[in-house]
Amino acid sequence: MRTTIILKTASNYLLPVLLVFSIFILLRGHYLPGGGFVGGLIASIAFILHSFANGLEKTKELLIVHPGFLLPVGLAISFMAGLAPVIFFDMPFMTGLWSHDTVAILGKVGSALFFDIGVYLVVNGVTLTIIFTISESA
Amino acid sequence: MLTAILTGFIFSILLVFVGKFFKGKLSILASIVPLGLFLYFFQFIAPIADGEVITRSFQWIPSFGVDLGFKLDGLSLLFSLMITGIGFLVFAYTSSYLKGHEYLDRFYGYLAAFMGAMLGLVLSDNMITLFVFWELTSISSFFLIGFNNTNPASRKSAMTALGITGIGGLLLLASALLLNNITGTYSISEMLSMSEAIRGNEFYAVAVMLLFGAAFTKSAQFPFHFWLPGAMKAPTPVSTYLHSATMVKAGIYLLMRFTPILGGENIWNYTLIIVGGITMLYSAIHTLFRTDLKGILAYSTISALGILVFLIGLGTEEAFLAAAVFIIVHALYKATLFLVTGIIDHQTHTRDVTRLAGLNKIMLPVGIAGILAAISSAGIPPTIGFIGKELTYEATYHSETIIIISMIAIVLTKILLLYAGFVAGIKPFTGKLPEEHKNVKAPGPIMWIPPVLLATLGLVFGIAPFLIEGALIKPVVTALGGDASEIHLALWHGFNLIFILSLITIGVGTTLYFVIKPSEKLVASAAKFNSISPENILNLINKGFVQFSNFWTNFFQNGYLRNYISIIILFLVVLVGYIMIGNTRFVIDYNSLSKITVYEITTTLILIAGIFYTVFTESRLAAVAAMGVVGLSICLIFVFYSAPDLAMTQFSIDTLTVILFVLVLYKLPKYLKLSDYKTRVRDGVLSSVFGLIITVLALEVLSEPVSKQVGEFYAANSYVEAHGKNVVNVILVDFRGADTLIEVSVLSIAAVGVFGLMKLRLKMRDRKRYADTSLKQENKEQ
Repeated sequence: MRTTIILKTASNYLLPVLLVFSIFILLRGHYLPGGGFVGGLIASIAFILHSFANGLEKTKELLIVHPGFLLPVGLAISFMAGLAPVIFFDMPFMTGLWSHDTVAILGKVGSALFFDIGVYLVVNGVTLTIIFTISESA
Repeated sequence: MLTAILTGFIFSILLVFVGKFFKGKLSILASIVPLGLFLYFFQFIAPIADGEVITRSFQWIPSFGVDLGFKLDGLSLLFSLMITGIGFLVFAYTSSYLKGHEYLDRFYGYLAAFMGAMLGLVLSDNMITLFVFWELTSISSFFLIGFNNTNPASRKSAMTALGITGIGGLLLLASALLLNNITGTYSISEMLSMSEAIRGNEFYAVAVMLLFGAAFTKSAQFPFHFWLPGAMKAPTPVSTYLHSATMVKAGIYLLMRFTPILGGENIWNYTLIIVGGITMLYSAIHTLFRTDLKGILAYSTISALGILVFLIGLGTEEAFLAAAVFIIVHALYKATLFLVTGIIDHQTHTRDVTRLAGLNKIMLPVGIAGILAAISSAGIPPTIGFIGKELTYEATYHSETIIIISMIAIVLTKILLLYAGFVAGIKPFTGKLPEEHKNVKAPGPIMWIPPVLLATLGLVFGIAPFLIEGALIKPVVTALGGDASEIHLALWHGFNLIFILSLITIGVGTTLYFVIKPSEKLVASAAKFNSISPENILNLINKGFVQFSNFWTNFFQNGYLRNYISIIILFLVVLVGYIMIGNTRFVIDYNSLSKITVYEITTTLILIAGIFYTVFTESRLAAVAAMGVVGLSICLIFVFYSAPDLAMTQFSIDTLTVILFVLVLYKLPKYLKLSDYKTRVRDGVLSSVFGLIITVLALEVLSEPVSKQVGEFYAANSYVEAHGKNVVNVILVDFRGADTLIEVSVLSIAAVGVFGLMKLRLKMRDRKRYADTSLKQENKEQ
């Protein structure tokens, strides 16, 4: 794929901005529009944009691991967030656990946040895996 | 009791880790498992004979009324002892019969799992648990029958057996659900007290027929009997264990277990008498036309099962007594004959009875066992078989229904069974030893001790029937709802009509044995009727079914995605449209609709323009871009109606979809016109109708008062319970978090699927190699 200088330069700046934005969307999800699902999609858009500008190989180097590895990691985090109350407090599966004090920016931190982080990783992994494989094989 | 049942399963799982240990010289140690279980059940004989009933219950799914309830009474004790006792002998026998077999450990695993399932079946007091174990016996027997899995015939008969008995299992489940509907419980003991109510219910006949379906398929009753002779492809220990002593008797057990609950009505009794009667006579005649020892035994087993069904159908106390005795009789002699056949097959490598004679010179103990079993099966005193036959005759004679016909049928059956028993048990051991078997060796003691033991037991019980009278027989009759206090088993019971019939049976049967010699000619003459045999008819139905489903699949699943979508939409249009006819009022309350703003009109116009551009454009890339326009317009509409979460997600998804499309289309060949004018018009009409119906539906929904309960619950509780102000997100990660968890799992599977499809494509070279090897295999099989 031919790329333009403008797109290349722009993508280099856009990638970190978009990633920070996606994390922002992820974290604020519990109180304002956003959440792991959308955050994950935005993050994957960031990487795909980068790959369009710099080629797939560059983006893969940037990611270090294959996006497919995000799937088990994300699923495990989500599952553990649900399992934690069962293991530590003998409460039903997926009971919400909450910190007593509020943390700056985030507000109260709870198991739901970790669940959302898991969703974020899975969604990111799924989109990147599908799009990367298709663009490689097509 | 649960431990006893699980022992079999645990043992078979353990084999995965320590299987090698049971493969070599120490394989006989595996028989310790059934022996231990046998001893465990043996200690219950005294309390059960005193009238005790032992129950154990463990919770399983209490909300559905399903528990692991077990009940040990006379009936289940008799079966448990048979399963573990004969199981022990079969396990021991196998260690010699399959000595050095590559998969001996696997065989033991299947056998142990089967034993556990069978024990669970006879001990269950809950119909759902019963069903689970019932299916487990079918599945484990599938593995056992197909044990020689390199042989296509073996695989096929395993499939047939699984198919037939599996369908029966489903019927059992249906019957359980129906009975639960009537009584409100799955517990068999509780149903016992509600038998009046069940019999009075309008669905009584249906429940009975479903139960019969299960029992008849499992116990190989006509016309479902053909899987049993087919199952003789299994190694002989399997035939012994499954097809004479245990699995096939599961149907008999089921009928007996439910006799006090469902029995007593005409539909119950007559069906059983007729089906049992036909089965016993039909398959007894079949034994005349067989030369394969196992085939003869298979058909005589079916016949014996028919007799049992027939006796249960008679429904009198005498008949229950006869059935209880006959179960023991049959288990003892038939297991012996199968084991003997196995030895003959193992040593001489043939089961063709026309080529076997005079083997007693080589293997005398085996011969003794065979002859004793044949005598017991013939009902010649002083074996237990004689008592069983007399009781059967008596029960038939004293029954109230169609005495003459059933008398003739049962006597004829017994004559033919006598013939079959003689052919299987006596013929191979008498006469002159043929030249080809001169070098046959005698089997080891581990092989011949089990049949000799079983045959001797048949003799001992015959001479001393009091051994089993109080301990086993009386509790069974009690469990069946009869009065056992008057029962007295004895060899001699006076010179009467029954005794005369007995003499006739023995006389005619023995004459038959000397007159008719099993030969290839007889087999060939029976083969002429193959085309009208139930097996063939079922095969024809099967074939028709496969053709129909092929047609169905080719029509609907033709591989064109666009056809699938058309069919789905058409189906929806027809279904929803059908419901809407007559139910739609087309009343639109214009006041309740909100004001339409300028942005909404503009967005909708853009959206419509996008749709038309997508449909009519000549460029593929432009079509994709226009699709993106449609998606983004919908996004905007979400924003107008204050659903920012939805809008954000839609926006990202839409962007990614367009990217995905572009990636795929980039490599596709130039734009092709795949659809002509006609199909376009058809698709257009279909989509317009679909859109119209959805619009009407949406308007219709608006005119109904909306239940806000759910929404209000989430709004009220999201901050209180889940500390979140964004209700959508709270629902996703908290209230319905499990849904999300499974959803992301599904997404991951989809991603892995795409990766697998695109990346792991076989290289040309590998593909060729696979094709070659599979071709070679096919040739080998032919």
